[in-house]
Amino acid sequence: MNAKTFPILLRREFWENKGGFFWAPIVSAGLFLLLTMMAIVVGEVAAKRAAATGKLSIDGEVMINGLDLGTLTSKMRPEDAQHLAGGVDLSLVMASSWPFMVLGFVVFFYCLGALYDERKDRSVLFWKSLPVSDAETVWSKVASASLLAPLLALAAGLAAMFAFLIVVSLVVLLHSGNPVTLLWGPGSPLEVAALLVATIPVHLVWALPTIGWLLLCSAWARTKPFLWAVLIPVSAGLLVTWFDLMQSFDMQTFWFWKNVVARLLLSVFPGTWLDVTQFAGIDVDGPKDLVRLFSLKTLYSSFLSLNIWIGAVAGIAMILGAVRLRRWRDDN
Amino acid sequence: MNIPATDTSGHAVRARGLVKRYPNKLALDRADFDIPTGRIVGLIGPNGSGKTTALKAILGLMQFEGELDVLGFDPRTQRDELMEHVCFIADVAILPRWIRVREAIEFVAGVHPRFDRVRCERFLANTQLKPGMRVREMSKGMIVQLHLALVMAIDARLLVLDEPTLGLDILYRKQFYQRLLEDYFDENKTILVTTHQVEEIEHILTDVMFIRDGKIVLTSEMEQLPNRYTEVMLSADCVDAARALNPLDERSLPFGKVVMLFDGVERTRLEPFGEMRTPGLADLFVATMKGTYA
Repeated sequence: MNAKTFPILLRREFWENKGGFFWAPIVSAGLFLLLTMMAIVVGEVAAKRAAATGKLSIDGEVMINGLDLGTLTSKMRPEDAQHLAGGVDLSLVMASSWPFMVLGFVVFFYCLGALYDERKDRSVLFWKSLPVSDAETVWSKVASASLLAPLLALAAGLAAMFAFLIVVSLVVLLHSGNPVTLLWGPGSPLEVAALLVATIPVHLVWALPTIGWLLLCSAWARTKPFLWAVLIPVSAGLLVTWFDLMQSFDMQTFWFWKNVVARLLLSVFPGTWLDVTQFAGIDVDGPKDLVRLFSLKTLYSSFLSLNIWIGAVAGIAMILGAVRLRRWRDDN
Repeated sequence: MNIPATDTSGHAVRARGLVKRYPNKLALDRADFDIPTGRIVGLIGPNGSGKTTALKAILGLMQFEGELDVLGFDPRTQRDELMEHVCFIADVAILPRWIRVREAIEFVAGVHPRFDRVRCERFLANTQLKPGMRVREMSKGMIVQLHLALVMAIDARLLVLDEPTLGLDILYRKQFYQRLLEDYFDENKTILVTTHQVEEIEHILTDVMFIRDGKIVLTSEMEQLPNRYTEVMLSADCVDAARALNPLDERSLPFGKVVMLFDGVERTRLEPFGEMRTPGLADLFVATMKGTYA
């Protein structure tokens, strides 16, 4: 064992899962940009048609509902400006979100296959012929799922966000608006970007129970790990619901589905941790408040919940179980 | 680097009373054996005799009962240290299908302190393998070439081969053992190999072990075999006299001739019966394993 081992194990995971870790975020970001541009073109064409039928007047520059984009910002009230800022930031978050949505699925299926596929094709015998401990191997897979893949999705998301901002700026320019006063000024792309980076540690700790559960199923199942991974928690949930309906069990059905079933299966999906962030004291009244929800303070308030830590401990326990199973599993 | 403290015995492997129970089978039944350092040992047995189970025990891939010392380590508790000194090729098709030649080299170089990349690349230069090639694009023979190049570039003390040439054509099979002998094996290394293709490896083995029903039924140096075993072709009239010497096995040939295999009977006593020869490993194997599948 030497110090170089862990990075090379991560590279190994990257090589094997380049499609999911690397290409999927890029493709989804690209798809988002493509659809955005197509929507813009549709909008432009529709506007032109509307203008042709006399619903929209054009005198030298494009007007939307009679409003010149250039004068829009100058005539805005301060409150509207705040809403605009919030709206811009929100659309930036949306622009970056596609790779993150894909990330959830990629990591889910990556974890399910991580310790199963190698047994199925017997390549585990090759990996085990090298001086790499089972703990190192399994933790490298945990790190890939909780850090490597999210960082790559983040990179793609940020790229999509800035590309989106540039595209929209060009459109604004085309309509003789000033992208600086309309978008870059009121919006805060750098802040949004920093906030997205800051979600990474929250996501990492939050995702542990799902990563642990899926790896455990992956190391344990002789066939069909997906079925086992989903069937066990879901049937437990149904059982609890059934008992609850019969009033013989004083357990809240909803509580069980939310805190056990969903935590085992869905915590790898980014943003599911919003559930435990504390929004207290924030009245939501339009986009400007929505953005306040995403401050660093509210973001890291998730670490104050017991839920996230109990989940993390359970996740680590299941990961250790997966290590042990990989060490002694003898079915190939 | 961990230098095992107890490795003064001259043994690469020492097993005492190995027992492995599967739910409906006793795969190892108090097996005892020693594998001396610097030897090429063939572990030979019919299907289901416990060969692979024994190898899995040596490689620390499963739990078992009994005492087992591999290069001074207990494979159950010290597997991580042990694997720095042991290499194995379990079967032809176990390299991951997605991996490329250059990735495989980089990975092994990254995790194995005793891997010599230059050596590996030199072995591969003589093959048709290209750095960008994936395992899934290779023939079985090429996969084995890659695996062998990786393994031979590791300075290990024990190499375990489980049916390494299964499914290969004769050219690859010959090349495989040729390379092992020419470029790899020396007096500090020990090779343990299982295979069904007895005839092909008998001339490279220094020692042989037969395993049957989870027990080691024969252990011998190859050089000792001619002293111990003799095959005699005799005519029908002296069959009864010969049978009195307790042949291990007998089989009939056309024209009333009978071939008998003797264990530990002096050649001078057999000479009068007829023509003598040293049996091949395959003959010995068949005689020893008679009735296994009955």
